[in-house]
Amino acid sequence: MNEGVYNILVVGIGGQGVMTATEILAEAAIALGHDAKKTEVAGMAQRGGVVSSHLRFGPKVLSPQITGGEADLLLAFESAEALRWCHYLKPGGLVLMNTAKLVPPVVNIGLYDYPADPVAEIRARGYEVHAFDAMAIAMALGDMRLGNTVMLGAIGDHLPFPAETLLEAIVRRFSTRKPQLVELNRKAFEMGRQADASAGHVAETAQSAA
Amino acid sequence: MAAVMPAPAQSRLLLSGNEAVARAVWESGVRVAAAYPGTPSTEILEEISGYPDIYAEWSVNEKVSMEVAIGAAFAGSRSFCAMKHVGMNVASDALMTLTLTGVVGGMLIAVADDVGLSSSQNEQDSRFWGRFAHLPVFEPADSQEAYEMTRAAYELSERLQVPVILRMTTRICHVKALVTVGERGTHPASGFKKDAARWVMTPAGAGRRIPMMFERDGKLREESENSPWNRVESGKDRRVGFVTSGPAYMHVRESFPDAPVLKLGLSCPVPFEKVRAFAATVERLVVVEEVEGLVETELKAGGIDCHGKDILPRQGELAPNVLRPAVSALLGEAVPEKLAPASKVFPRPPTMCVACPHLGVYYTLSQIKNVVISGDIGCYTLGAGHPWNALDTTISMGASMGIALGLDKGRAEADKDKRVLAVIGDSTFLHMGMQGLLDIVYNKGNVTILLLDNRAVGMTGGQDNPGNGRDIYGNPAPRVDFAKLVESLGVKPERIHVVDPYQLPVLFKTLREEIKIPEVSVIITNQPCVLIDDYKKQPPLTVIDDKCTGCGNCVDVGCPAIHVMRREKAIKPSGKEVELQFVQIETAACTGCNLCVQPCAPDAIVPADPSRPIALIRH
Repeated sequence: MNEGVYNILVVGIGGQGVMTATEILAEAAIALGHDAKKTEVAGMAQRGGVVSSHLRFGPKVLSPQITGGEADLLLAFESAEALRWCHYLKPGGLVLMNTAKLVPPVVNIGLYDYPADPVAEIRARGYEVHAFDAMAIAMALGDMRLGNTVMLGAIGDHLPFPAETLLEAIVRRFSTRKPQLVELNRKAFEMGRQADASAGHVAETAQSAA
Repeated sequence: MAAVMPAPAQSRLLLSGNEAVARAVWESGVRVAAAYPGTPSTEILEEISGYPDIYAEWSVNEKVSMEVAIGAAFAGSRSFCAMKHVGMNVASDALMTLTLTGVVGGMLIAVADDVGLSSSQNEQDSRFWGRFAHLPVFEPADSQEAYEMTRAAYELSERLQVPVILRMTTRICHVKALVTVGERGTHPASGFKKDAARWVMTPAGAGRRIPMMFERDGKLREESENSPWNRVESGKDRRVGFVTSGPAYMHVRESFPDAPVLKLGLSCPVPFEKVRAFAATVERLVVVEEVEGLVETELKAGGIDCHGKDILPRQGELAPNVLRPAVSALLGEAVPEKLAPASKVFPRPPTMCVACPHLGVYYTLSQIKNVVISGDIGCYTLGAGHPWNALDTTISMGASMGIALGLDKGRAEADKDKRVLAVIGDSTFLHMGMQGLLDIVYNKGNVTILLLDNRAVGMTGGQDNPGNGRDIYGNPAPRVDFAKLVESLGVKPERIHVVDPYQLPVLFKTLREEIKIPEVSVIITNQPCVLIDDYKKQPPLTVIDDKCTGCGNCVDVGCPAIHVMRREKAIKPSGKEVELQFVQIETAACTGCNLCVQPCAPDAIVPADPSRPIALIRH
């Protein structure tokens, strides 16, 4: 096992911006002087398939893949995907998840059921869950595509470096590619942070009530 | 891709293996680069086309791309071609003679094996080609090595006048890691020098070149024995010494940090003496290689005792979760506890895009009975999935043609009324399908062909090809006229139809008529892939709830924008129980292609009110 290597698994479905979000996380880690490797099992992701993106960073990264049971954080862009991948976390690890449910054609045509309550199932497996509706936040800001910045905001306060470093990486990316979107992305990041904070509060309350 | 200013030398960049190879190809002064798109290799040529002072092209297939690179190398230019593993099968005819002539300008062939089958019809080990064709094979373990080995390969290629293979895998091509880049060197073409004894491979000429190839084998063996790419990393836990290559090296280092490792970077030919010396320093040797036990077999043949595929799988990646338990078991230690089991969650198979023109074709095919449908490689392979289930075979690029003819000629007595159909895309047809169609025509086959022209290599991301009139740079290029092309191959003009796949009644009628006629017909569809700029979105559609009767006809189209919101059981007048499916359309995703409107019996699907905001479906 690599000494001091931090493992983040980012999951969702094709088209949600999972790979871009992971790349921005990698850029933030690199800006701090870390070595980093990012890898996907994306397959035919553009066709609505599952995307799982692995990010590992630290003094020196060898294998690009996170071994099951060794992820420090799971950032899930979709509810069922959070459930599908949660066993990759270290015991008791933290899941930051979008509560949106993206239902594939195989469920629509009645071949499979969508899990009834992914959040409850993940908690029942002993993981901590911060759940929030990233899609609603993005839509409220006027653009669904802001969803991945909202998700990055949500992970901001759980990284081994300050949230501001991640925000800077986002700003850097948009300053060069789409400067008119910098302010909107700042706002989306902040709202993601807040959504995570309140979700964390809800999770704590639920735990102390239990 | 338009040329951009390359990052300056000494930059530390986060690059995928594909991007790293492209950068190194440019730095190596390569002048000609060619490829046919194929996952996971596609991005190499896309990236190269963004660099200045290098000619890049999408070739019509991998064999042509290799021949273009061969020609350039014969002219004394440094050249490059890239392909996925199955592409090498296509190109290998050229490869197996190229090894006799050798090259003048340095030539590198990048082959990307899809270890783990992320997007391929088989999983094969391209390292065999090095043995088969007597060529050196480099195996990078990450992006930095992909970059450095590419540069080293050109030096070796020119020194020994030998084409070199760079064997990549999905886990090299698509992993992003830090790479420190360098300067571009210039290598002007030395010019083509006539030499029939070398460049014209007649039987006599080839007979004279074969011993020279064997002589080169000896030099390559020496090269491998002395290569810094084949290095020993010492370790204090000598119970197992690992011989490994490619991404498996990283997994070995990750899993067994204290073990001695012999890392093979120039893995073909195998440096036997180096391995023998390494083996003497450890208690037992384990060869960790993806996919086949190739090095292992060679070592055993050379009298070096080792483990390999007796303890490791011959399929898929050799990641730490595979290696650790296998080696623990070998050492008789407690096998580490398995990962907590995964939760049961529905699968998400890849599916066709919202409004994809293929949806109309597969909806139509799913409604036609008593047919056998020979399929091909591309997005339309997805027609084998739900809800269409309308594709019966897939083997290789262009195979839909020959297999359809074989299904026709070899049919059983019981199948004499079955109609044989073939489905193929535009780029696949140009890649290797044309010859198959010519064979059907020539041999008077009874096959109805659907040529789905969506003006793009859709599955790999919408690359340009001779069917859409644009080259790799997006510049105008001559465009194939498919109707004229198939007519010139001998299909009768009255048997060729160009139809709009969004017009279901026309498509259905044309197909029904043509399958009844006992000769070859070609139905060409003419709407673009929804992922390319040629596609023009229309205003979205919506469902009038009060009008939806739950018949589910629209669900059979298979568009991912149609969502079943409620199911009800109902009894038909005949007494049969049916499940009604009440639907909504996600206006945020719908692009108004009108396909679902056509089978909707109660006319419940209408244009959405433009004054209302677009909506996401919330389940």
